[in-house]
Amino acid sequence: MTNDIYANRRFVIAGLMLSVVLIYLFRLVSLQLVDDSYANQAEVNAYLRKVQFPARGIIRDRNNKVLVFNKLSYDVMVVPREMKEFDTLGFCQAVNIDKATFKKRMREIRNDVNYSPYKPQLLVAQLDAHDYGVLQEKSFLFPGMYLQKRTLREYNYPNAALLLGNIGEVSQKKIDADSIEHFYVPGDYAGINGVESTYEELLRGEKGEEIFIRDVHGRIQGKLEDGIYDVPSKPGKDLQLSIDIDLQAYGERLMQNKVGSVVAIDPATGEILASISSPTYDPSLLVGRKRSENFMKLNNDSLKPLFDRPMMGRYPPGSTFKTVNALIFLQEQIISPWTAFPCSQGYHVGSFKVGCHAHSSPLTLVPSIQHSCNAYYCAGFRNMMDHRKYKNISNAFEVWKNHVVSLGFGYKLGADVPNENRGYIPNSGVYDKIYGPNRWKSLMIVSNSIGQGEINATPLQIANLSATIANRGFYIVPHLVKKIEGETLDSIYLKRHYTTIDSSYYEPIVEGMDLVMKNGTGWGARIDSIEVCGKTGTAQNKGADHSIFMAFAPKDNPKIAISVVVENGGFGATWAAPIATLMIEKYLKGYIPKRRLWLEEKMFNANLLPNQNGVTKK
Amino acid sequence: MESRRNSIISNLDWVTVGIYLVLILMGWFCIYGAVYNLEDAPFYDYSYRYGKQLVFMGSAILIACVLLMLDSRIYNMFSYIFYGAMILLLIVTIFVAPNIKGSHSWLVLGPVRLQPAEFAKTATCLALAKLMSEYGFSLFKWKHALLVGGLIFLPLVLIILQHETGSALVYCALMLVLYREGMPGIILFLLFLSVVILILSIRFASECIIPEITDESYGLLLVMIIAIVVQIGLFILYQQDTFSAMILAGVSAFLFLVGYLVYKIGDYPIHFTYIGYLVLALSFVYCLFMQFKQRLWSYFFIGLFGFGCIFLSGMADKAFSSLQPYQRSRIESTLGMRSDKKGGDYNVNQSKIAIGSGGLSGKGFLNGTQTKYKFVPEQDTDFIFCTVGEEHGFIGSVAVLGLFAFLLVRLIYLAERQRSLFSRIYGYCVASIFFFHLFINIGMVTGLTPVIGIPLPFFSYGGSSLWGFTILLFIFLRLDASRTEYFGQ
Repeated sequence: MTNDIYANRRFVIAGLMLSVVLIYLFRLVSLQLVDDSYANQAEVNAYLRKVQFPARGIIRDRNNKVLVFNKLSYDVMVVPREMKEFDTLGFCQAVNIDKATFKKRMREIRNDVNYSPYKPQLLVAQLDAHDYGVLQEKSFLFPGMYLQKRTLREYNYPNAALLLGNIGEVSQKKIDADSIEHFYVPGDYAGINGVESTYEELLRGEKGEEIFIRDVHGRIQGKLEDGIYDVPSKPGKDLQLSIDIDLQAYGERLMQNKVGSVVAIDPATGEILASISSPTYDPSLLVGRKRSENFMKLNNDSLKPLFDRPMMGRYPPGSTFKTVNALIFLQEQIISPWTAFPCSQGYHVGSFKVGCHAHSSPLTLVPSIQHSCNAYYCAGFRNMMDHRKYKNISNAFEVWKNHVVSLGFGYKLGADVPNENRGYIPNSGVYDKIYGPNRWKSLMIVSNSIGQGEINATPLQIANLSATIANRGFYIVPHLVKKIEGETLDSIYLKRHYTTIDSSYYEPIVEGMDLVMKNGTGWGARIDSIEVCGKTGTAQNKGADHSIFMAFAPKDNPKIAISVVVENGGFGATWAAPIATLMIEKYLKGYIPKRRLWLEEKMFNANLLPNQNGVTKK
Repeated sequence: MESRRNSIISNLDWVTVGIYLVLILMGWFCIYGAVYNLEDAPFYDYSYRYGKQLVFMGSAILIACVLLMLDSRIYNMFSYIFYGAMILLLIVTIFVAPNIKGSHSWLVLGPVRLQPAEFAKTATCLALAKLMSEYGFSLFKWKHALLVGGLIFLPLVLIILQHETGSALVYCALMLVLYREGMPGIILFLLFLSVVILILSIRFASECIIPEITDESYGLLLVMIIAIVVQIGLFILYQQDTFSAMILAGVSAFLFLVGYLVYKIGDYPIHFTYIGYLVLALSFVYCLFMQFKQRLWSYFFIGLFGFGCIFLSGMADKAFSSLQPYQRSRIESTLGMRSDKKGGDYNVNQSKIAIGSGGLSGKGFLNGTQTKYKFVPEQDTDFIFCTVGEEHGFIGSVAVLGLFAFLLVRLIYLAERQRSLFSRIYGYCVASIFFFHLFINIGMVTGLTPVIGIPLPFFSYGGSSLWGFTILLFIFLRLDASRTEYFGQ
């Protein structure tokens, strides 16, 4: 080993080796310490996160009868990456779809913005029990397909469809707007319409998650750490509605073959006892795979069964509104209960005429309600509008309008329904626009005195008026939910809203409404053993008149206030009044006595639907 | 006899033995982690690979003991015989080996499967050490140099014929040994340069310099610039001719600047490679002139060097397209020219995910999801390092890398302390081979080198490779233990 002139090359060689090791060290730093995308990818690789859908809250009526409950259903989910060649036709037969639908659905999945080949995505929704059984048996033939348990709604009664609402695939808008970010994913179900929608965040519960581990072939290898990271789902809260389902069903039967609505309220609490929109439909039509087909049918129906008339229908309140005017005139000292106005078959000013029917003349306040005298209210209204104390008609009208608003008109009441209409009460500015400032006179707007003209109200607002009169001066915002499991009711459903009218002024109105039933326009619909106070209305509109009636009973310590609108039904006394009193009797007594069974029968059988020519049958 | 055994025990390098034992033990735990699949089979179960590996480890230690007990002189004496026998075995293997995953490298003898290529490394190293330590041997004699080349290339070619390209490439590592024993550094440098030129030519073959001229690629231009820079360097280093270096640097910089200005300001699409050809031609003429003037052949070679580079670059494309498609795709994906995470890149991508997801301290023994659920193919053999990276994180990976670095440095240290040339050369062979395995294996699992299927010594599952590496290492330890017995050659 002499003269080893290359001995120093050992350092070159060792240096080369160590520099390679150093390069790898930096590589490890970048892979393991700097770049964290690999950790996520490992998780995507190995974890299959399965959503545990919570059971939705049960909905009961005020007597604890179950209205809506859950049934199990299965969705077929697909993880595209795990799909292999399989018998497409066999699959389609098993889940009962055709091949074109299958291909279309797969294309939709692939084109979705949230597409990921690793995530389970909805392929076929809501298998029924039979298809589920078939598929479960063959599932090993279809790699990449998973069955996802879901809860669907089932209904014990074919009633109350609109107030209950239903559940359906959540819209992107709702996904984005939800208070909890990423609560929904496309394909999830959420409440649509009715209570299901209003109380969605309580009913839906909280989703859980099971984390499975899978191998490179996508085979499930068990739960991650034996399930310690699993989050169980939390079931939704149960709701007790204020609805009496028997009363609701009875009302729907009375309203069958008629277009209109019935709203019944417990005046003392504001609880809605029944909310009938007619025509209606069986809520179970909107469950399961026939849902979209049935929805299209209902949506295309010319009678609009999906339109929630009690909450959204806008009608001129007609003569029922005379009670409002009477209260305002009294409060504003325009009249006293003993003030009398003449009526000569109507209200005449020059060539202007508002007709009225035969009754004695002149009338004081109570009989004016009893006989629904138009002239009385036209006169009273003009006296108010032209009264000197208001300086001008604009001021007078604003005072009038504020009283009307305090009685629950013109704005949403705030009921727990997703879509409530505010009705319409004009202000003086509206008339300034129509006629020009200071160019309008009391006579031009006199139809407001009898609930016609520009004003509009929802059946809910009319029922609320009835409840307010029953309470002699206050109302509680009408609501559908009586109790929420483990929660307290929103305080707005407990608070009394006092009107701007003194309580004492309600007595003559109640008296008048009492006489309506005893010896007035509602006599035909009277109930023998219960003192009912009512007010008929006949709302003129473009077609045949709407038959309107509002009532409450008993006169003292009222238990129910109600409004009935039968579209194109003619006089309020003809259809609306009998339906209202039958509802009241059913609710208070639980049965209809023999004397009135013919009337009940008549209501059940009457068909007031427009015929094909669009002319209303009478 | 008694005293010799004592001298072996006392002279044995226990540090290396310690590293060896730690590495095979860590390797076993990694194989256990990679194979383990929740079913509670006992760790010694022979039907599982970790059970088998335990048997391999036991027999490897046994082999090591036997090797240590043999007389150290037989390794020197019988080295040509070993070599000849292994060459015969390699030839036989080509014809009798069944096709296992496309490779014909396994000899199947009943229940035992052996891979002669793993043992041929040891035999080649012994023969090389023997040849180069012969009296009168000089690498600068053509005959000797050819003998060395033949000795290395014979097993290399035979192993390529077995379709084990990876194992064959290991023999390239022996260049380091030749370098240590006097091969001019310029050869190593030129080899390195060739690899760089090949990589550049392939990587940038289809990237245009300017959009107007589509058949002119960055690859060739880069090679030309490298050639010019190297020529400048050679002028200075070999001829101490700074003047010529300055002239070449100045002329080429001026010509390229003019070209650039014509293109940028004159807006004329100029062929930059034409400028490159011009510079290289000028430099060649200049070198011819200098050679005649100063009567130095080295000028001529410097001039030729530029054309050599261009020739090599042109060959790169042809050579590349003659590769197997899978080899092409592995090279392309390593060079970042393609990204096909489901296909060709799948292994490397999954392997990077496994290592990357380990983070600082790893997911814990048997907790690696990538590992446990077999996302990385070949995870217990060539991709075993993924398990280290995933379950033991950065700390574990660095520990393993550090152990190997320590082993390599230790081997060089041991080789350098040999008094016998035979032992030193053999020691360098061992270090070079371990280095090459480490270089390629860790490089491929971290996505830095193409996927060349060679095992990580002591870690990867497999009896042949473990025994092969054990034999390779322990023959050297045996030689080292007797280093005082030899004097001279």
